[in-house]
Amino acid sequence: MDAIILQVLNGLDKGSAYALIALGLTLIFGTLGVVNFAHGALFMLGSFCAVTLQKLLSLSFTVEDPTQKDFLGNPLKVDTPYIVSWFGDATGNAILNWSVPLAILFAIPVMLLVGYVMERGLIKHFYKRPHADQILVTFGLAIVIQEIVKYFYGANPIPTPAPDVFRGSVDFGVMIGFAQNEIIYPYWRLVYFLFSAVIIGAVFAFLRFTTFGMVVRAGMADRETVGLLGINIDKRFTIMFGIAAAVAGLAGVMYAPINSPNYHMGMDFLVLSFVVVVVGGMGSLPGAVLAGFLLGILESFASMNEVKSIIPGIDQIIIYLVAIIILLTRPRGLMGRKGVMEE
Amino acid sequence: MLGLSKKDTTFLLVVIFLTLATPILLQPFPENSALAQFNAGYPDLMQRFAIFGIFAIGFNILFGLTGYLSFGHAAFLGVGSYSVVWMYKLLNYNVLPGLVLAIVMSGLFALFIGYISLRRSGIYFSILTLAFAQMSFNLAYSVLTPLTNGETGLQVYNNDPQVLMSEGSPTSPHFFGIVMNEATKVDVGGWQFTFSNGYYFCAIIAIIVFYLSLRIFRSPFGIMLRAIKTNQTRMNYTGLNPRPYTLAAFVISGMYAGLAGGLLAAMDPLAGAERMQWTASGEVVLMTILGGAGTLMGPVLGAGFIKYFENIFSKINDSILHSWFSALPDGLEDFVVFVFHPFIGKGWHLTLGLLFMLVVIFLPGGLIEGGNRIWNVISGKNRKKKRDEAAHHPKPTSHVN
Amino acid sequence: MSKFQINRRSLIKSGAAIGAGLALPTIFTSSARAYLNEPKGDTVTLGFNVPQTGPYADEGLDELRAQELAVQHLNGEGDGGMLNTFSSKALKGNGILGKKVQFVTGDTQTKSDAARASAKSMIEKDGAIMINGGSSSGVAVAVQGLCQEAGVIFMAGLTHSNDTTGKDKKANGFRHFFNAYMSGAALAPVLAKAYGTDRRAYHLTADYTWGWTQQESIATATEAMGWETVNNVLTPLASTDFSSYIAPVLNSGADVLILNHYGGNMVNSLTNAVQFGLRDKMVNGKQFEIIVPLYSELMAAGAGANVRGVYGSMNWNWQLQDEGSKAFVKSFGEKYGRPPSNSAHTCYVQTLLYADAVERAGTFDPCGVVEALEGFEFDGMGNGPTLYRADDHQCFKDVLVMKGADNPTNEYDTLEIVEVTPRAQVEYAPDHPMFAGGDLGKCNSGA
Repeated sequence: MDAIILQVLNGLDKGSAYALIALGLTLIFGTLGVVNFAHGALFMLGSFCAVTLQKLLSLSFTVEDPTQKDFLGNPLKVDTPYIVSWFGDATGNAILNWSVPLAILFAIPVMLLVGYVMERGLIKHFYKRPHADQILVTFGLAIVIQEIVKYFYGANPIPTPAPDVFRGSVDFGVMIGFAQNEIIYPYWRLVYFLFSAVIIGAVFAFLRFTTFGMVVRAGMADRETVGLLGINIDKRFTIMFGIAAAVAGLAGVMYAPINSPNYHMGMDFLVLSFVVVVVGGMGSLPGAVLAGFLLGILESFASMNEVKSIIPGIDQIIIYLVAIIILLTRPRGLMGRKGVMEE
Repeated sequence: MLGLSKKDTTFLLVVIFLTLATPILLQPFPENSALAQFNAGYPDLMQRFAIFGIFAIGFNILFGLTGYLSFGHAAFLGVGSYSVVWMYKLLNYNVLPGLVLAIVMSGLFALFIGYISLRRSGIYFSILTLAFAQMSFNLAYSVLTPLTNGETGLQVYNNDPQVLMSEGSPTSPHFFGIVMNEATKVDVGGWQFTFSNGYYFCAIIAIIVFYLSLRIFRSPFGIMLRAIKTNQTRMNYTGLNPRPYTLAAFVISGMYAGLAGGLLAAMDPLAGAERMQWTASGEVVLMTILGGAGTLMGPVLGAGFIKYFENIFSKINDSILHSWFSALPDGLEDFVVFVFHPFIGKGWHLTLGLLFMLVVIFLPGGLIEGGNRIWNVISGKNRKKKRDEAAHHPKPTSHVN
Repeated sequence: MSKFQINRRSLIKSGAAIGAGLALPTIFTSSARAYLNEPKGDTVTLGFNVPQTGPYADEGLDELRAQELAVQHLNGEGDGGMLNTFSSKALKGNGILGKKVQFVTGDTQTKSDAARASAKSMIEKDGAIMINGGSSSGVAVAVQGLCQEAGVIFMAGLTHSNDTTGKDKKANGFRHFFNAYMSGAALAPVLAKAYGTDRRAYHLTADYTWGWTQQESIATATEAMGWETVNNVLTPLASTDFSSYIAPVLNSGADVLILNHYGGNMVNSLTNAVQFGLRDKMVNGKQFEIIVPLYSELMAAGAGANVRGVYGSMNWNWQLQDEGSKAFVKSFGEKYGRPPSNSAHTCYVQTLLYADAVERAGTFDPCGVVEALEGFEFDGMGNGPTLYRADDHQCFKDVLVMKGADNPTNEYDTLEIVEVTPRAQVEYAPDHPMFAGGDLGKCNSGA
C-alpha cells in the first residue's frame, strides 16, 4: 500500500512536468495548427533561464590570495560575487540561494519575447505550409537553439540547486499513519507539483473566463468565421504562442533543481511530450493534462520492483505500450476532436 | 525500355550513370589540395549515400505517395541489420542469405506494425509507428540483449557456429567471394579515386530498387496511393477500400528499410541498437522532406545532404581552418577562424539545423526544387519547363485541414 | 507485370556480371602494400575519435585537448610533458620514427554506428594509422572491432566495462583505462573501513552491458567483505527522472545505495537521491550512504554539491603528486587554463604509449606495435609502475578511490583522493569468470 501511494506521488510529479509541456504544445497545435518540434527546446530554454540568472547573480570580482595556491602553484584567485559584497553576506547569499524561484520572474518576459519573435519571425510563414515543412523548420530551429546554448554553456549538466529551505523530504507516511520513512517525498517536488497545478489552472481560467480566451477558443474551433467577424485573430494567436512558450519555459525553470539542466534535455522530452499530446487527443487541453498525469503515474507504477519482476523491462516500454492501447481503443486519444490532424 | 516511357528511360539512364560514376564525381579536389577535406569519394561515405538513398526511396513510397508519415521506420532498419549479422553468426560471411532474411523479416515486421498502425491516420498513425519503434529500440538495448547484444551492438565472435564457413572463405562480408571492403585505388594526376566493391554492390542494388520505385510511381498502384493522399474520403465513396493499398505501400517501404539496414551490416558487420532509435526514424523523415517528398530523386538528394554534413563537416577542426586561411595576415586569420569555429567540428549540428531552416524557408519543394530552379535558369526555359516538371513529379499537396 | 519479371532477372544477371568484373582488379591491389595506411611521406596521421556532440561532448572536448597536447609533445613542441618522466626513452621529440605527427578528428556522437563511420572515414579517407579516444564502452567495443577488421591499432579512451578487454577483447585493441572489476576491488576495502562490514546495499543499475558488468563487479567485491545485496534494480538508459526508482529504497531495509550509472544518468540519479534526503536518514541504526563506483570530474561538476562525501573510484586524478602527473597537469594547465580530466589523461597517455611502441618496434606495422605493447612495463605516466598485459591488452596499475570534497574551492577540486589502491590489489587472472568468453584473435595489419 505504502509503495503504491509512493508511486502515485511520483507519478503526479512526473505527470505535472509532462502535462505542462503537453499543455503548451497543445495550445500551439490547437490554436495555430502548427506541429512545433522546437517545443522541447523552449522547455530547455526555460531551464537555462534559471542557469543564466544563477550565473548573473554570482558574477564575481576576483582577488588573488597569495596565501593559497591553485593547481599550477600560482596564487589562488578567490571569487566574491558582487551581490554578496553589495548586500552583505547574509542577504547576498540568500538571494543567490533563491535564484531558481527568482528565475520565474526573469523567465516570463524572456520566454514571452522568445515566443513572440519565433511566431512573428518564422512560424507565421508556415501556417499554410504542409505539416512536413513545419516539422522540418521547427526541428531545424530546435537544433539551432540547442547548439547556441551548447556554445555558451557547454554540454555538461549545470547544477542548479533549489533553495536550502526545500532540501530534504517530507515524511507523508507519518501523517497518515504509516511508519517512519515509509512514504517520503522531497519538498521541491511537492513545490513543483503545486506550481504546475497553479499554472495549469491559470491557463484554463484565462481561456475560460476572459474575453481574450473566449475569442481564442472560438478561433480554435473555427478560425475563418472569427476572422470574418472582424476580430484580429492573428494578433491573439501571436500572444497565445508567447503564452505557450512561457508555460514551457516555466516548466523548465522549476525543473532545473530536479535534474541539472543540459543543452539536449529538450530533445529527451520532445518525443515524450508528443506522445502525451496525442494520447490526450489532438486539440484538447484537458486531454493533454489528463494524459500527462496518466502516463506519469503509469510510468511510476511500471518501475516498481513488484511489477518489473513479473514483466521484465516493462518500464522501458510502458509509455509507448499505453499509447498504442489507448490509440487503438479510442481513435482520437482520450479527448481528441474529430478532424484535427487526422489527414 | 524496361516498360518505361522514353522520358523515364532517359531519367533512369542518367541515374545509373551518376550512381556508377559517383567515386569520380565525389572526388573533385586533388589529394593534396586544401579542399580535399570536402572530397566524399571514400568507400564508407559512398556506401552510406547509396544505403540511406535506398532507405529514403523506400520511405518516400509510403510518405511521398500516400502522405502517411511514419515515425518508426528505423525499426525496420534495425531488424534488417540484425538479420544480416545473425546470418553471419550462424552461416558464414556471405551477405546474400542475410539480405534475403532482412527483407523477409522487415516485411513481416512491417506487416504487423502496419496492420495495427494503419487503423489510424494523420498524427495518430505517426505516434503509433513511433511507439512501436521506440519499444523495439528500448528492448533491443536492454531486455533483448541475448538477441541483439545490447549497447555493444551485435557482432561476430570467433566462437560463433558459422556452419558454412570453410577454410579459405573470406573472414569479412562478401558476395560469393567478392569481398566488400576491398577496393581498387586509381591515381590520376593529383587525384585518387577509390572503386570499392562494397560501394558498387550497394549502388547496383540501389539502381534496382530505384527502378522498382519508378515503376511503382508510374503504376496504377502508385496512382491509387496518390489518390489516398489526395482525398481518402472520396476514394471510400467510390467503393474502394484504401487500407490494402496503404498496407502494401507500408510493407514495401518497410522492406526497403530492411534492405537498407541489411546493407549497412553487409558493409560493416555490426548492428547497433541506435539504428532503431527515434532519431534514426526522424532522420529519414528529414531526408525525404529536405530533398523533396513525393519526387523520385529528392529523398536520395536529402539522404546525401545529411550524410555529407554528418561525415565531412564534423571532421573539420580548428587546425584545418588555420591551414586554409594561413595565407591571411595573423589577426585576420584568427578572426576568420573565430567566425567559422562555431559551425564546424563539434558545431556541425548547428550548420545542419540552419540549413534545414534555410532550405525549407526558401525552397518549399525541397532540394529538388532548388535543382529545378537552377536548371531552369541554365536552360532558359521557365514556365514551360515548370509545367513539364509538375507532370514529372507529383505535386506536393497541402496537409492543412 | 510479366514483362517486368523478365527484365528484373536480366538486371540481376547483368548486376552479377558487373560484380564479377569488379572483383578482378582487387587481385593485384591486396598485395601492393605491407600494411594498411603505411605512412609513405614525412608525416604520419593519427585519428582522434571522440564525442563532440551529445551528452558527452564536453568530455570529448577534454580528450581532444589532451590528444592535441600529446601531438605537440611528440613533435617536440611545448615542454614535453610526460615525455620527460616516461620510463621508456625511445621517443625523441622528433615525431614518430622521424615522421611529423598529424592528426584528424571525428565525432563519435556516443553511438556505435556514428563512431564506426567516423573511424572508417579516418582510415579510408585520411589514412589514419591509429584510432584513439571515445567515451563509452559500447563505442569502444564497436570501434575496437572495426580497427581489428580494418587492420589499424585502437587505443581505447574512456571505457570501463569489463567486456572491452574481456568478452570483446581484440588483438588490435588496447585499454589503458581501468575497469569495473578494478573499481570493485579498490572500493570494497575502503568502504568496509568507512562504513563497516555489516551493510545492506541497494543497487540501481543502468540497463545495458556496462551497467551490468559494473553491478556484478561491485556486488561481488562488497559481498566478499560481508555486505549484503538487498536488491538490484535495472533502470532504462533513457530515464531522466529516477524518483520512482529511488523512492522505494528507504523502505527496503537497505542502508547503502549504489548507483551504477554514468554520465547524465549518474548526475540525475545522484541529484534525485540527495533530493529525497536519503543521506540525512538513519536506517538500521546507521547513517544512510550513497556510492557512485565510477566517477568523472565532469559528472561530479554536473552533480554539484550532491557529491559531497560520496565515495567512488577513478583511473587518475590531477591532484596526484607524482612527477608524471605533475608534469602533465602543468603543461595541460598552462595551455588550456584548467586541470585535465581522467579521460583526457588516458587519451594523452595512450597516444604517447602508441608512439613509443612504434618507436621501439621500429615500424608502424600494427603487428609490430602489438608485439611491442604486449607485456610492456612502464612508469612515469601517473599511475605508478604499469603493465600492459599480453593476455588481454589491459593495463594494470594503481587505482584511485575518491570522495566528494566537503569544501571544494573551485569547480575542479570537487573530488578528493582518499586512497591510491596498489596495483597488486586490483589484479585478476586473465581467465577470471567476469572476463571469460573472449578471444584476442590474431593481429591484423590490413595487408
